[in-house]
Formats: sequence, structure tokens, C-alpha cells
Amino acid sequence: MEQNKIIEIKNLSKQFKDVKAVDDLNLNVYKGDVFGFLGPNGAGKSTTIRMLLSLISPDNGEIKIFDKSLKENRIEILSKIGAIVEKPDFYGYLSAYKNLEILGKISGREISSKKIMEVLELVSLEKRYKSKVKTFSHGMKQRLGIAQALIHDPELIILDEPTTGLDPQGMKEIRDLIIYLSKEKNKTIFLSSHILYEVELVANRMIIINKGSAKVEGRVEDLLNANKLRVAVEVDNSEKVKMLLSTTRWNENLETVANNKMIFNLPQNEVAELNKYLVENGILVNALIPTRSLEDYFLTITQKASG
Amino acid sequence: MIKLINIELYKIFKKWRTYIGFIAIAILIPMIEFAISFEGTRSLNFVTREIQQTFIFVGNLLNTYFVSYLILNSLAIHIPFLITLVAGDLLAGEATAGTYRILITRPISRFEIVTSKFIAGMIYTFLLILWLAVISLGLGYFLFGTGELIVLKSGSIIVLAKNDIFWRFLLAYGFALLSMGVVASLAFLFSSLVENAIGPIITTMAIIIIFLIISAINIDIFQSIKPYLFTSYMNTWSSFFDNPIDTTEIIKSVSILAAHIIVFFGFTLFIFRQKDILT
Repeated sequence: MEQNKIIEIKNLSKQFKDVKAVDDLNLNVYKGDVFGFLGPNGAGKSTTIRMLLSLISPDNGEIKIFDKSLKENRIEILSKIGAIVEKPDFYGYLSAYKNLEILGKISGREISSKKIMEVLELVSLEKRYKSKVKTFSHGMKQRLGIAQALIHDPELIILDEPTTGLDPQGMKEIRDLIIYLSKEKNKTIFLSSHILYEVELVANRMIIINKGSAKVEGRVEDLLNANKLRVAVEVDNSEKVKMLLSTTRWNENLETVANNKMIFNLPQNEVAELNKYLVENGILVNALIPTRSLEDYFLTITQKASG
Repeated sequence: MIKLINIELYKIFKKWRTYIGFIAIAILIPMIEFAISFEGTRSLNFVTREIQQTFIFVGNLLNTYFVSYLILNSLAIHIPFLITLVAGDLLAGEATAGTYRILITRPISRFEIVTSKFIAGMIYTFLLILWLAVISLGLGYFLFGTGELIVLKSGSIIVLAKNDIFWRFLLAYGFALLSMGVVASLAFLFSSLVENAIGPIITTMAIIIIFLIISAINIDIFQSIKPYLFTSYMNTWSSFFDNPIDTTEIIKSVSILAAHIIVFFGFTLFIFRQKDILT
């Protein structure tokens, strides 16, 4: 049985004057997905998200959300979506609480004071609920952006670059929140990000787009395993390891050796296996450092696409 | 819709710029009235200087009605400016602040967004005119009391009895509200086109000033286009102080001004519904 499609985009296109921002894009997001939406700057990510939220109209193609046409069921669909689009902007002259109260009131559901405070607590802003938003730092506004996306308890959450401008701790908090919303609250999340490591950590499915069209789409795990991972293995004695591996299948995965640091190119799921083999044979493994991230994969794909 | 209008009014009255109009009127009108009070009958003599040799004036002619009439006559430029400060910001202010995104991604139609903002803008205009009326007539009443109203029109002098004036002021302020409604809806239209409130304010004021200048200059070509300028009908409020009142002229002006409001609002709605939100 086919999974429930939450978002279905078919042949979507949008052109701004001479620039084709989105070109015949197709993608599917299923219920429960944390869907990574990747692409370099100018790839058409924000334009696609704006079309998903009816901020701009497509030139061609069809968007179905919750199995209904967005064009014909805009209000019903938007009542089940929470979103951050690019940078978080609010009514700076109003408090965080008042901003959420106003946005809650126009979200099609009754929002209680308790609910507002709960959401503020979820993003650690409960102590600043009375403060005017213009006094907030970028990180606080970003967290308030997440709060406004959650205030009406939506089924689908669309996050456009939600960690932009945050410090590492702030980025981790947002990632943890995404995982919490997905695992504990069963939300479907559409996550656009240029921080590829972030997508790797939280998404189960992803698409990479460039110049407005899809390059690859699938499960993050499958897409990553289809390409080898570059790992630096730091050991106590590289010569001993070389000898040990000379008769194994990993010998052909060994790329370079320098100062007890051995670089391997191997499928992601074999990293743990290699580590286990070395330890079981008395080798002290000091560190396993992935030197190929999703970024390398991403670059390979986009470079291939641009010829 | 009522919920949205309430939210828009709340947003309007949480902004500092909203109070500029109320403060300006609260300063300007008392200044004018105290100055007239200080001058005493000299200001009345100045206005009636050309007819004093023909007529003898008796009674309290320097009264709240006379002063309020003078004030209403002299604020054709100032009040529109105060109106555009808020009306020009209604849509463009959302674009400047980047809040279009959080507004339009909510389950409300663009028609509801535009209409609620427009109605809130009209309520602000109404409150500003009401404030002008209350300050002007109220303070004038305490300073000068009531009396007959002398109105000088080209070639004639109209004296209105004390008990025949107040209703005329109510209708005149109502007409002023309609005129300012045209100004507000024009600023609102420009507000839908740009992403900064300064543009709509300046453009609306420039149009009003240009139209007023064209109307005032006595050149044939300008006079021939005068009937097509909405500013030509904004002074019709003074017709309520004619005796008898020229209802045909008033109905014509009301219809033309109301049509302008409908057309400006219609264009705004059309533009906003097609608009791609890129801010």
C-alpha cells in the first residue's frame, strides 16, 4: 500500500523575468517524513516553499497538500501548516506573547493563553514573553519563528533555513526540536537547509535541487550508502594495520596513510565493521573522523548537474 | 472579518505614528482658537472687512461655529497628510517589516486581509475627523460660546440662525470623512504597490497638491480638466452652509468621491490578489 502523501508536487515551474527559478520540479513528501530540501543558493528552494505556502503563484504545475489541490483548498490546507519562510520577522512593536496571540487568532483555531505559554516554553522564550520582539536577538527571533509555526498545532511544518544565523548551541537546539516534533508529536517536517550536515542528522528522506529542478530524491540512508564515505582512521600503528588489512577487502578501500592517519573510502555501513575488526585484532583506534559529508555528495551531484 | 479588523486596529493603535495626527490636531486647533480668542473681534473684522460698510453686525458672531468653519476651511492639505501617515503604511508597513509572510501563510484569504486593513484605515480616518470635530467645536464652545454663523461666499453673505447650524456641521464633518476616505484609499492603493510606507505618503500628497494647484490656476486647459480631479469635489462640504442647500451638487460630489473610494479599493484588491510576496 502506498504511503500517505502529504505533499505532492508535479511539474512545478516559476519564472521571474529571464530567470527560471523552478523548472519542472516533482517531489513527494510522505506522512511522518523529515524531508530534507537541499540545494545551493539560488537553486529555487525558497521559491518552491513560497509556492507551497501560496505566497507566490506557480506558472505551471500542480501542488497537492493533504491530497487536495492547494489552488482550490488554500484556506483549509494552510490551517494545517505551520511555517517559517526565510528570516523570522514579527511585529517588533508588540511582545512575543502578543505576536503569538495575534497569529494564533488568525490560524483558524482557538488558542488559549496556556497554549501560547507552552509553545514559548518549548522554544525557551517563556521568560521573555512580555518583551517587545524588537529587543530580541536573531536567535530569539528564530526560536519565536518556530513557536509561531507551532502555535496552531499543525500537521505539516515547513522550515526554510531555520538555523540560519544561530550559534552551534542554537543550531543543536533546533535540530533536537525537529527530532522531538517528528518522533514525539508525529509531525511531518519539510526542512530546507543549506547546512547539509543538519539534514544528514535529522532527515529520513531528501531531495537535492539545482537550477530549479530535482537532481536526486530518496531516503537519506540509501542515497548516502550509494556513495562511499571518506573516513580518517587514527590508529596507534599504521604499518601494523596495513599488514593486517592487506589480505582483506578493505585493502582496496585504503586511500592514503600518513602519520598513523589512514584515509579509507568505503560505504558508510562498513565504517563500524572496520572499526570492530581493527579493535578485535588488537589495534588501538584513537579516532574515526568522517572527512566526506553530505556536502561532498551534494557537490558531486550539483557539479554533475551543471556539467 | 470582525476579528481581523480588531487585530488591524490593535496594530494601528500600537504604532507611534498613529498618534501623530491626534497630537497634531490637539496642538494645532487650540493654538488657532486661543490665538483667535486673544485677537478678539479683530479676526472677525478681518474676515468681514469688505461688507462692514454695508451691514451692521449684532450679537455673538465670534463663536464656536465661526471658528470651526474657519478651521475646516483651512485644513485641506494638513488633514490628508495625517491620514496618509497611517493609510500609506497599512500594506507597505507589512512588506517593510517582512510580516506579509506570516500573515499570508495563515488560513485567511487575501480579500479578508485587504478588506480588514481597509476598514481599519477608514475607522482611523473616522476617529481623526471625529477628534477634529470634538476639539474644534468643543474647545470653541468653552472659549467663545455659540451664536449665529456668518458665511461669506462669492458675491453673497449667508447668516445662519444659532439653532440651524449644528446639524450642518455634522453633515460637513461627514462629508469631510468621505473626502478623507478618498485620500486614505488612494494612499492604501499605493501602499499595495511598494514595500516602503514613505512612497505612498509622498505620492498621495504630491497628487493632492498637484490637483489642488491645477484647480486653483485660472487657465482654460486646467479648468477643463478640473471636473475630472477628485480634489475638486472635496470642498463641497461648504455647500451644507448654503441656504438653501444645493442637494444636487452635494449628491454629485458624494457619488464621485464614493466612486473613487470603490475604484481605488477595487484596484488595491486586484493588485494584492495577484501579488507575489517576495519580501
